[in-house]
Amino acid sequence: MNKFTFRGGVHPPYNKITSNKKIEALPLPEVLYVPLSQHAGKPAKPLVKRGDVVKKGQKIGEADGFISANIHAPTSGKVKSIMEHPHPVFLENVPTVIIEADGDDTWFDGYGERKDWQERTREEIINDVKEAGIVGLGGAAFPSHVKLSPPPEKKIDTVIINGAECEPYLTADDRLMQERPEDMLWGARLIKRAVGAEKVYIAIEDNKPKAINSIQDALREFDDIELRVVKTKYPEGAEKQLIKALTGREVPRGGLPMDVGCLVHNAGTSIAIYEAVRFGKPLIERVLTLSGSGAQGKGNYLVRIGTQFSYIVGKTGGTSGDIKKVIMGGPMMGISQYSLDVPVIKGTSGILLFTSKEVKFHEPYPCIRCSRCVSVCPMGLLPLILVDLVKYGRLEIAKEQYGLLDCIECGSCAYICPSHIPHVQWIKYGKSELRRKK
Amino acid sequence: MKANERLFTISVSPHLTTEEDVKKIMWNTVISLIPPAAFGIYIFGLYSLLLIITSVVFSVLTEAVFLKARNKNWRQCFDGSAVITGILLALTLPPKFPLWGIAIGAAFAISFGKQIFGGIGQNIFNPALVGRAFLMAAFPVESTTWTAPKGVDTFTGATPLANWKFNHIMTPYKDLFLGNISGSLGETSVIAILIGGAFLLYKKYIDWRLPLSYVGTVFVLGGIFWLINPHKYPDPLFHILAGGLMLGAVYMITDMVTSPITPRGRVIYGIIAGVFVILIRLFAGYPEGVMFSILLVNMIRPWIDRAIKPNILGEVKK
Ligand code: SF4
Ligand code: SF4
Repeated sequence: MNKFTFRGGVHPPYNKITSNKKIEALPLPEVLYVPLSQHAGKPAKPLVKRGDVVKKGQKIGEADGFISANIHAPTSGKVKSIMEHPHPVFLENVPTVIIEADGDDTWFDGYGERKDWQERTREEIINDVKEAGIVGLGGAAFPSHVKLSPPPEKKIDTVIINGAECEPYLTADDRLMQERPEDMLWGARLIKRAVGAEKVYIAIEDNKPKAINSIQDALREFDDIELRVVKTKYPEGAEKQLIKALTGREVPRGGLPMDVGCLVHNAGTSIAIYEAVRFGKPLIERVLTLSGSGAQGKGNYLVRIGTQFSYIVGKTGGTSGDIKKVIMGGPMMGISQYSLDVPVIKGTSGILLFTSKEVKFHEPYPCIRCSRCVSVCPMGLLPLILVDLVKYGRLEIAKEQYGLLDCIECGSCAYICPSHIPHVQWIKYGKSELRRKK
Repeated sequence: MKANERLFTISVSPHLTTEEDVKKIMWNTVISLIPPAAFGIYIFGLYSLLLIITSVVFSVLTEAVFLKARNKNWRQCFDGSAVITGILLALTLPPKFPLWGIAIGAAFAISFGKQIFGGIGQNIFNPALVGRAFLMAAFPVESTTWTAPKGVDTFTGATPLANWKFNHIMTPYKDLFLGNISGSLGETSVIAILIGGAFLLYKKYIDWRLPLSYVGTVFVLGGIFWLINPHKYPDPLFHILAGGLMLGAVYMITDMVTSPITPRGRVIYGIIAGVFVILIRLFAGYPEGVMFSILLVNMIRPWIDRAIKPNILGEVKK
């Protein structure tokens, strides 16, 4: 089979140790912490107040504006309070709905299979997705209904379902593709209908033979969808790189996939969309990977949004060894955490517990101009120059001549650097300085 | 779990890094220098070893002194980069060069070739070649007094390039390739240098574009002149086998710090350097052109890096 790929990239140790671990649903915790901001864009406006009784799947936060997303109660129970609580993405505490579960887990009234789900129209699908509060589950958490509603002048001809899962350790999408291939393909078909595309590709990295087989089998019933095996290389699953690999099209600088007629949704998101359309099920739970040498119960778990990390770690056998780092997401782009008190949000693709086995301290060394960062940059940037320019405050030059804003913060440069220079830290800092100066 | 609060390290992604570091790169490069160094010692005698050791010791010592003076961690002198400079300097000198001379050269190479620019990674010129050029100016006689290898009977000990230029004698290819000829300590054996180069390529420490464009240009341009006048100009094979070209192509034009950072920039860099080699060899009063060719491209390298950038993904193509 022809394998597709992009230019640049790195091969970190993949450590997909949980690829054979069946998805396991964790028992319901007693208390859930549901932040009103779990997505790119504006936080949702709370619809409940302290003391309110809520049902599972009931909307408790209303999207505030177009780029925002609804928030739903992950289980039935009572709203204990709405207060500031630690969040895995933001450094400060953010408004969070705290729900005491009643243990009955009763669905809200609108839940249930729709007879016409296979025939839902484009408007209905987009509305279902919007109501369900679905956001990109790969980590970026961009509201999905926004992606499904491009302006009329942007015609989308190609939908790509991203099952590359190029981040090391993470296997949630891998498992979903192994266990629920039909659901994912149905999601893909619905997405295709929603945007009126001609082609749908499922992209999977070649290090997931089981997922590839399972999708291949399921595809017999879906002749409108094509499987595309991509090379295992980080960041193969980055939107722009994947589009380039599969279609040869380059998303213009500063542009979006729809500018080249493409739409990319993650494999997990595709299943969420299927569930929203078929059952009217809001996004109240997700599959995540718990891994890293510090995790006793390495595996893939179905957990409710709002479950504290500490609960998941506790329920799966606790920690082993001295935990040095807790990461939400993958090791290349994930966010390190102060504590395990933070809750799972819609974008939590994994929880990694790293001990000294994975966390190595390297004294930074001067740049030796080896240019490895240049050869691995998937965007074609010069990371070593960007670092210098940001360091010396020459942000305009960095932006205008060296593409500072084109950096996707994939971390390939910092990963490969023999001098262990924290490029991404400098680049993020440079971007935020640019924003501040505007 | 509460007890663990705030115990975790916070840092910006990525949370994984490669196992490779500067020390490993530098010391592996030192290993790659063993074949030409060992061959030099084998054909020119143990004095050559003494020369290499002296050069290395004074390089590292100078590095340590500067690091200390600049309030840096002086242990960085053992990162291997000064050792490389020391060995390279020795390999470019005549095998009977005075020890005190190479000591001065090594100190000069590190101080004026590297540390005054700000230390590792900051230098514009290849430090070993800075040292070599200095010795060339300061000790013109010692720098050009060649000795024949042990047991080889050439009447003057002149190098193949000098023999061609001044005595109109051509050295057989086989000797050039194996290295049983007179010349600088580490430049005579093409095969030994290629072994070291193969190791560097395998380790991905050097980009093949650099030696290829450099040697390729010398071959093509040398070939053109040879076709024009085969009696006056040497053939292209002689050009690439004789003198310090191979040593320069494998170990010097490839120097990470002083060569361009982009693939296209490197090709341009190699071509310009190759042109310089031919111009100097054929039209200057000096038989060898490698050292100056590389120092000259070192000088224009910052300009190449500013002018040649990779295409950013999604850039509008003209
Ligand atoms: S990888 Fe690191 S040492 Fe090499 S050029 Fe880039 S910043 Fe410099
Ligand atoms: S510069 Fe940005 S896009 Fe390029 S490798 Fe580094 S993090 Fe990735």
